[in-house]
Amino acid sequence: MSQNEVKRPVSRKDMTMAQWTWKEMKRNKVAYLMCAPFFLLFWVFTVLPVVLSIFFSFTEFNMLEPPVWVGVKNYIHLFLEDDIFIIACKNTLIFAAITGPTSYLLSFLVAWFINELEPKIRAVVTLIFYAPSISGSVYIVWTILFSGDAYGWVNGTLLDLGIIDTPILFFQNENWVMPLCIVVALWTSLGTAFLSFIAGLQTVDRSQYEAGAVDGVKNRWQELWYITLPSMRPQLMFGAVLAITQSFGFGAIVTALAGMPSVGYAAHTIMHHLDDYGGMRYEVGYASAIAVFLFLIMMACNLVIKKMLSKVGQ
Amino acid sequence: MSAKLRTRRHKVVLNRSAGGDAGITVLLVILGAFMFLPMLYTISQSLKPLDELWMFPPRFLVKSPVLTNFGDLFQLMNESWVPFSRYIFNTVFISVCGTFGNLLLASMAAYALAKIKFPGRNVLFQIVVLSLMFHQTVNQLSNFIIMSALNMIDSYWALIIPALAGTMGLYLMKQFMESTVSDAVLESARLDGASEFRTFWVIAMPMVKPAWLTLIIESFKGLWNSGASIYIHSEQLKTFNYAISQVVSAGIARAGASAAATVVMMLVPITVFVLSQSQIIETMGSSGMKD
Repeated sequence: MSQNEVKRPVSRKDMTMAQWTWKEMKRNKVAYLMCAPFFLLFWVFTVLPVVLSIFFSFTEFNMLEPPVWVGVKNYIHLFLEDDIFIIACKNTLIFAAITGPTSYLLSFLVAWFINELEPKIRAVVTLIFYAPSISGSVYIVWTILFSGDAYGWVNGTLLDLGIIDTPILFFQNENWVMPLCIVVALWTSLGTAFLSFIAGLQTVDRSQYEAGAVDGVKNRWQELWYITLPSMRPQLMFGAVLAITQSFGFGAIVTALAGMPSVGYAAHTIMHHLDDYGGMRYEVGYASAIAVFLFLIMMACNLVIKKMLSKVGQ
Repeated sequence: MSAKLRTRRHKVVLNRSAGGDAGITVLLVILGAFMFLPMLYTISQSLKPLDELWMFPPRFLVKSPVLTNFGDLFQLMNESWVPFSRYIFNTVFISVCGTFGNLLLASMAAYALAKIKFPGRNVLFQIVVLSLMFHQTVNQLSNFIIMSALNMIDSYWALIIPALAGTMGLYLMKQFMESTVSDAVLESARLDGASEFRTFWVIAMPMVKPAWLTLIIESFKGLWNSGASIYIHSEQLKTFNYAISQVVSAGIARAGASAAATVVMMLVPITVFVLSQSQIIETMGSSGMKD
């Protein structure tokens, strides 16, 4: 804290921890006041549902009758008896391991590359990269491009050139469906994190670059590592968390492209499994168990990334 | 730092290799083409007359553009049971209330979390970050129960109130407050007798303009694109996105109208984005962010 004479922080001598905390809380009344409106709604509409879901995961519940406590039965069923869940886990991990890091790096690199362009050109380039993610369900255009009949642009062109004889059923083919979904997911993935990187790069103090040049920073990569990245840590962490939630949550795009269930469950992810039980069958207990498991995976990823980002610029 | 230097950016100062510049440009062009061509195809599809939509071999770009698809779309919209203006009003009302409410509530809380050292702030923030990782479908079911208890089902509130406490907005604002707003500036304002609210509003908020413009775009995008909701069953309260997807869902016969609908849906968030970008450019050009 500063040397503020008016509201000096209470000294911790001669006090128990509880007393000190209480004094500090009273001194910072205004902070709680400022947090109150947001957190009141946050507790009711975000935290409470999570707590309820964790509780439901130990019950059998169909939204109509009251929940029945069944202990860890849902979890046992999930891991030992649900074969499709294992497929979904495998697909989800592949999907997330490819789209998460790729979209994160792409967002940052593109933001960094365009940072030095003239503002007007930068705005146009930003729009080109950001447009697919902001435009709602525009990704359905890929179903037309890769449509399974001769009117799909890709099939039509390949047929016309004589490369293939019969149209490829891209989204009904177990070999094609997953890679295509990954490509489309990446296409829509330059979103919030990308924008916050652009904004973050703009707010890095210019004088640091000049000081760096004087101190012997030789090229743009050194400048990136020693100056830009360390001063953007908050944005990098924000982007990482979004990349995690995004890469584990691409369910809707896959459903729009490949249908649900996808052919031979080739693109079936945990997200689909969850929507299947939660959104269609209303087996809330089982769906909640899946959500809790997914939650744990994402938390683990978050911890790993936090560790990695703390090494930036060293 | 002089104003002149700032507007010319740090090109003045640093050595950039020509090879690096060229490599980056090539990479940007390739990636840009990958991003842009499908968008171009979407627009091209919406302008194709029927015979071009079902032509072999298919053309990427439209040859003789027509607006009949948009005409068909508006025709279909006129036939709907609830007037389309009602759907548009619903979506605009929800998007605007939700976005600005979220901006205000999230920024205020973010300021407190980032710039006032009070007991419990780290715990609160960690809970916010973790909550981002819980899947929405399951939350929706629990939320349905909570909203029923609060009598909010089938009203605008069911869509607006939860959006007000959008966690991503808080996270974004907090990260920017932390990295951009200097403690020294706030401290001198406090010493001058400014209240925390005033310091937040007059000093901190203008410094993080790029962040709240980002928040506005993202929040608006989410609300604008929200379709069918399990909380709403009255037809009069449903959103534009839901209605338009109903209108064009009838398959092959409406392929053209459907392409037109996609273009109409994407034009609004893109316009909002372009407007806010011009704001960002203005801010960047006129003021230093950190000194």
